[in-house]
Amino acid sequence: MKPALVIGRVVASVKDPSLKGVKLLLLRCIRWSGETLNDYLIAADSVGAGAGEKVFYVEARDASIAVHTNPPIDAAIIGIIDGVDFEE
Amino acid sequence: MFIGKVIGRVWATQKTPSLTGKRLLLVNRLNGSPPSETSDITLAVCDKIDAGIGDTVLVMDEGGSARSILNLKNAPIRTVIVAICDSVSIGNQNFYVSGTERDQK
Repeated sequence: MKPALVIGRVVASVKDPSLKGVKLLLLRCIRWSGETLNDYLIAADSVGAGAGEKVFYVEARDASIAVHTNPPIDAAIIGIIDGVDFEE
Repeated sequence: MFIGKVIGRVWATQKTPSLTGKRLLLVNRLNGSPPSETSDITLAVCDKIDAGIGDTVLVMDEGGSARSILNLKNAPIRTVIVAICDSVSIGNQNFYVSGTERDQK
């Protein structure tokens, strides 16, 4: 599971029908220390994350398992980070 | 699977249901032979065997196996700590990787 910062939302009226009802959020990749990286992705939201929140997401097939309708997605937010403590 | 070092923990109250009650540890994937150099890949992983900070662990990195280890049919989880490594042997050399001692026999 990797960390990211929710920076926005993606709305698309014309899309593959299987993506109907899937909330798509715009994420910016970060390090666990919070330092932002120059890497962005779109992930489906399964925990009600909002802009500005630090989250962690999962990729590949496990992403579609995170959303109950099992849509064809390759990244899904599965948790909102409350706190992290670590030493490099 | 890969070998990594436990360097910290993650707390999250709002998360996917199958993660409730699970400890989330931060593991830095190790490179080199024996695996001991830190890399820039640090992942949050589910801990099933109570690994501690500083332990060198074996991490399962595939969803199907993770689900069968956690016996949770539909958990969106891919990385699970499955073992604490005591030592790694390469050729006839035996390297202790657990904890901090780098003991070569």
